[in-house]
Amino acid sequence: MDKTILNLQNKARDIRKSLLTMAYKARAGHIGSSLSTVDIITALYFEILNLNSKKPNWDKRDIFILSKGHGCLGYYAALVLKGYFPQKVLADLFKDNTMVSAHPTLGTAKGIEYSTGSLGHGLSVGGGMAYGFRCAKKNNRVVVMLSDGECDEGSTWEAIMSAGHLGLDNLVAVVDYNKNQAFGRTAQVMDLEPFEDKWRAFGWNVVIIDGHNFAEILGAFAAAAAAKNQPTVIIANTIKGKGVDFMEDTIEWHYLNLDEEKYNRAMKQLK
Amino acid sequence: MRKTFIKTLLDEAKKNPNIFLITGDLGFMALEEFRDSLPKQFLNIGVAEQNMMGFAVGLALTGKKVYCYSIVPFVTMRPFEQVRDDICYHNLPVTIVGPGAGFSYSYNGATHYGLEDISVMRSLPNMTVVCPGDPVEVAAITKVSTKFKGPMYIRLGKAGEPIIHQKKIKFQIGKAIEVCKGKNVTLIATSNLLENAVEAAKILAKKKISCRVLSMHTIKPIDKATILKAARETKAILTVEEHSIIGGLGSSVAEVLAESNLKVKFKRLGVRDLYPKVIGTQKFLREKYGLSPEKIAKEVQLVLKNN
Repeated sequence: MDKTILNLQNKARDIRKSLLTMAYKARAGHIGSSLSTVDIITALYFEILNLNSKKPNWDKRDIFILSKGHGCLGYYAALVLKGYFPQKVLADLFKDNTMVSAHPTLGTAKGIEYSTGSLGHGLSVGGGMAYGFRCAKKNNRVVVMLSDGECDEGSTWEAIMSAGHLGLDNLVAVVDYNKNQAFGRTAQVMDLEPFEDKWRAFGWNVVIIDGHNFAEILGAFAAAAAAKNQPTVIIANTIKGKGVDFMEDTIEWHYLNLDEEKYNRAMKQLK
Repeated sequence: MRKTFIKTLLDEAKKNPNIFLITGDLGFMALEEFRDSLPKQFLNIGVAEQNMMGFAVGLALTGKKVYCYSIVPFVTMRPFEQVRDDICYHNLPVTIVGPGAGFSYSYNGATHYGLEDISVMRSLPNMTVVCPGDPVEVAAITKVSTKFKGPMYIRLGKAGEPIIHQKKIKFQIGKAIEVCKGKNVTLIATSNLLENAVEAAKILAKKKISCRVLSMHTIKPIDKATILKAARETKAILTVEEHSIIGGLGSSVAEVLAESNLKVKFKRLGVRDLYPKVIGTQKFLREKYGLSPEKIAKEVQLVLKNN
């Protein structure tokens, strides 16, 4: 197998283990919503984004905004593995008088680019940054990850419309399309389909992938980089809770915490 | 006020290419010159104010000094959570500019009135709230704002507000300006109602009541020292605003007085807790809701009479 992909698979497994340990110790929820993002975030931080973890404010860096801030456990694990902040921060997660919360907050740990938590904010900010980079003739790319539920927000569509209108080809939106939102299946709560047609109608280049297949993830970002005069959305078909059988494709792991027995059972599957 | 703001901003923006103006599709007969002379520093983002605020923050993160422009309710209430989470929580140099203070949009009706904006904007941490009282103050705050580092809300009137300050002013954020000297009573006014406070003082002067008038152009941070000085030196303080009496200038002054040990008569003049049911000219609405010079003067006399 391709060395790059093998390396990403190993990293993703480590991130999933770190994520579960973090969640178990902190009694954190949103485990399923975090697990579905892991492969894309791994690819972003270890192959795609132009970053320098020694210089978090490097002015040529690419920007990643986790607009679905609730799914942050895999993101935190990736930032630790990348060397942005020490493991200790995660060991203390959610303890009294600490700073890193269940939604990413700028300034609480290095590498976090933007504070999120309320849905429907990240893509507007990403659009503004992409426009700012374009005005300054800079090559930084901006990647914003959205949840599928977040696409119910009107502000998300305002952002989609303006980025399409402005032809922001340095902006990539990734939808973690795991088909489950907070209180039901996406198709039943607020159907997004025909999803790709909606983005196309708003002027976006659309790439649809299996969000757990590294070859497809890398290919999608390459296609986004090649697209000119329009932003790209990667609609990533994912599985909520990916990697832990009893969490996969369930609503309850949007909320539940891990007890010792379930933690051990989950970790065994990631060996 | 609107024209003074845009003319001053244009002059500043010509000198500073970092200044960037975004409008939510408003500004007909006001923003054209800016748009046409500085196209690289201007964007019409469409009628989408939530996106406008987030987009402004994105631009600010790449180093721009951003101004967001639309009518008061559309820049303060429609995108309130974006102002809170994106601008204020991140403490970024984005200035929100809302023309249409109080009843400025007269016959357009209650959806276009700005009667709760000061209240909601001042509740946000990191936010500075400035409500200039005449075109001279507008020019001053616009200039100051270009160098200001954090979030700011500037509340403007619309068109035709008279010049109150005939002499040069010393403008400082958070420092009230004494417009009329007086020793019996103090009128503290803000925003576009400064004009009527000054007129009320003239009526009172004829009745031998010496009325101090303060332009409280900055609501947050509020100028405690000047309020307390007025409480010590005059018998009564009345606040005057074309805004709800809940949460605006009156509440800000009341908070300062309530936490002081000073005894002073106090009354808030403003729009009571209601949605206006009728429309009319700004002058008519001010009269109807007790904010004409005559009615302000009458209230002052009532407050002084009551023991």
